[in-house]
Amino acid sequence: MYIMIVGGGRLGYHLTQALLDEGHEILLVEKDPTICDTINSQLGSICLRGDGCEAATLEQAGTSRADMLIAVTGDDEDNLVACQVAKHKFKVPRTIARVRNPRNEYIFKKLGVDVTVSSTTIILEQIEHEVPSHALTHLLAIEDRGVEIVEIRIPDDASTVGKEIKELPLPAEARLLLTIRQDEKPFVPKAETTLAAKDQIIAAVPLEAEETFRAAMLGS
Amino acid sequence: MKVIIMGCGRVGAQLASLLDKDGHQVTALDSDPYSFRRLPADFGGEALLGNGLDEDILKKAGIENADAFVVVTQGDNRNVMAAQIAKHIFNVPKVVCRIYDPLRRDLYAMLGLEAISPTTVFAQLLREKLEG
Repeated sequence: MYIMIVGGGRLGYHLTQALLDEGHEILLVEKDPTICDTINSQLGSICLRGDGCEAATLEQAGTSRADMLIAVTGDDEDNLVACQVAKHKFKVPRTIARVRNPRNEYIFKKLGVDVTVSSTTIILEQIEHEVPSHALTHLLAIEDRGVEIVEIRIPDDASTVGKEIKELPLPAEARLLLTIRQDEKPFVPKAETTLAAKDQIIAAVPLEAEETFRAAMLGS
Repeated sequence: MKVIIMGCGRVGAQLASLLDKDGHQVTALDSDPYSFRRLPADFGGEALLGNGLDEDILKKAGIENADAFVVVTQGDNRNVMAAQIAKHIFNVPKVVCRIYDPLRRDLYAMLGLEAISPTTVFAQLLREKLEG
């Protein structure tokens, strides 16, 4: 696959390296000449110096034959514009933008970016995961299907401890996929499985049913 | 007419002042409070501090019932993004943005934006001066 990456910061650098390792053809576009030189000396001549938001640069980079453009600069507005130029002018089939302000995700989607990845949201969720008061963690959102994969941890004092799963008022479309219990091999929970304190349950839940799911699992 | 001007630099402040004198309802928006010093002492409009790419700030500025949105910050891409938010998310009837880089003309036409490039305009003015 021919993949273009805009922005040669830390994220762009490691992304380039990872995708090169997978055998893709990569072109990295970066404004700063020093960064360009460093990348070219370390990863081979794959970095083009230029502004990835400019049609002229993208033209020179052969964007019209790119299968994908990934914009990972540190500025949301630059990532938006790079994706828009790729999409509208060069008809790149898939555009992915890094978003720093999570509130921009909705705007980017509305303005035609195919996929947004909010680095801030991901870091927040990772940290929340480590904070004991947050029982529910988002693991993966499959937005075009309206489903998310979540992990819920059953606190010691939850009223659902000792109850069977079939007793819980779970939303109809929610599916419990895996129970991870201390000192046991992970197993697929059944209707008769009894919840124990500290259980970690992985589930697929419709986006809109998350609150009902949380309340059913925690008994609150 | 209710107008929001994002970016209270020299151009933004001057435009805000002119429109205010013409009797329009003007809100000047900038993320740096220091830039509001450029507004004249008798400015009758509103000066609002905040980032114009933030929907809450735009709502606070009254974008939902604005007749026009002008964006003249220093960043071309910021201007392009703000103009699109105003046009496609809040459906403001008249949106104009400044884009310094004339190479991006293709882009704003493609995105359905009305943009003015001071670089092009000024270069042409200078040529007329020189060639008479």
